[in-house]
Amino acid sequence: MLKEKNKKQQSLHKRHSELAVANKQLEKLSNGIFASGELPTFSEKIKETDQFPLRPNKLEILQINVGYMCNQVCEHCHVDAGPDRKEIMTRETMMQCLEVIKTTGAHTLDLTGGAPEMNPDFRWFVDEASKAGIKDFIVRSNLTIIRANKKYYDLPDFFKSHNVHVVSSMPHWTRGKTDKQRGEGVFDLSIKALQELNAVGYGMPDSDLRLDLVYNPSGAFLPGNQASLEKEFKHALLEDFGIHFHNLFAITNLPVSRFLDYLIASENYEDYMYSLVEAYNPAAVKNVMCRNTISISWDGYLYDCDFNQMLELKVASKIQHISEYNEAVLNDRKIIISQHCYGCTAGAGSSCQGAVAE
Amino acid sequence: MASHNYYDPADLKKFGNITEWSKELGDKFFDYYGKVFEEGALTAREKALIALAVAHTEQCPYCIDAYTKDTLQRGVTKEQMMEAIHVGAAIKSGATLVHGVMMMNKVNKLEM
Repeated sequence: MLKEKNKKQQSLHKRHSELAVANKQLEKLSNGIFASGELPTFSEKIKETDQFPLRPNKLEILQINVGYMCNQVCEHCHVDAGPDRKEIMTRETMMQCLEVIKTTGAHTLDLTGGAPEMNPDFRWFVDEASKAGIKDFIVRSNLTIIRANKKYYDLPDFFKSHNVHVVSSMPHWTRGKTDKQRGEGVFDLSIKALQELNAVGYGMPDSDLRLDLVYNPSGAFLPGNQASLEKEFKHALLEDFGIHFHNLFAITNLPVSRFLDYLIASENYEDYMYSLVEAYNPAAVKNVMCRNTISISWDGYLYDCDFNQMLELKVASKIQHISEYNEAVLNDRKIIISQHCYGCTAGAGSSCQGAVAE
Repeated sequence: MASHNYYDPADLKKFGNITEWSKELGDKFFDYYGKVFEEGALTAREKALIALAVAHTEQCPYCIDAYTKDTLQRGVTKEQMMEAIHVGAAIKSGATLVHGVMMMNKVNKLEM
């Protein structure tokens, strides 16, 4: 039992798990029920509504992954992030990103990880990037990092001084469900961090300091209606802890990395893929995030989305690295798809900004 | 080949096929069913919990499968789900026991 618990505190990479290899994940997603024709592949599905090949719309979001290191080892993490991951964006790559940020047509800059705050150049980068005048500057914070070490205690003030939009994961308003997915003690630390963010003005009604929460299901099921879940979250967090926040983004877990590992180990993989395919919504394809986003990895490579980054599927363009970035050339590409894409088109759809369709 | 079990989880996915042998009635049923579970005076979440409790009193494996998943998707906790089932169980056992009054009436009538 203890052995199993210790295993869960390590990334798939550290455990040398077969699924730490991107190609093994892609094989799994292409074989079995999809190879036999039992379920249609994603490309077959979008062909039904003439949406193949998938192409970008106008670029709106630059999402930069500044490293896979994290203080948590969440069971569902598609990044396979954890304290044992050493992939960290260097200042040199950050400087290349800054050049792009200064000239991009995107209105949103979205920093993610791992825990982006653990990158030693994180504050320098936020300082510099905030000078570019991007309209919406998001930092995806896992909350517990704010309480992980004294050196992070002032993060709420730091975020405030740069008018950063904080987007934080919170899988449930109860301790049990949260800790099961994200690790023991995460719920209490997250609550404390949310209270501290509220204390400096984040998430308060009428406050311009945006604080949004991300909900993703703690298991092999899809998220329910985003608006209803937001109502439940708001009611419970306010009543139990006096916490305010602005919006809730309901995100579907994609069958990538640790969540894929969990699906297979718990014998839920096939049923989950069936659920995703059954819930396929062609309207969600129109607004799927890879059509308005470029994802940049810690080492400066370019991807259609954070999930393709983890599957090591670089953009299908002659421009593949931030050092040679050219928005016009990049926008003329075909988006690379596989069966994990069903996760973004199920029901009301799913993106880093939550649901994308009615 | 015929299934060796009366209940097969895969059959739940075929529920919609009942319209094939009686389209009009099948369609009417599914329209009605869909309408019942929409947000109304009760929230869809409250309705899902009622459905979960009734699924158990009806002892319908398909419904238990479907509404366990449905309530999880709506963020319902394990404790809330179990309480809902206890409501169903209480009504079931209460319905059995309240018939004890019939038995008592009959005994009182027959005995000297």
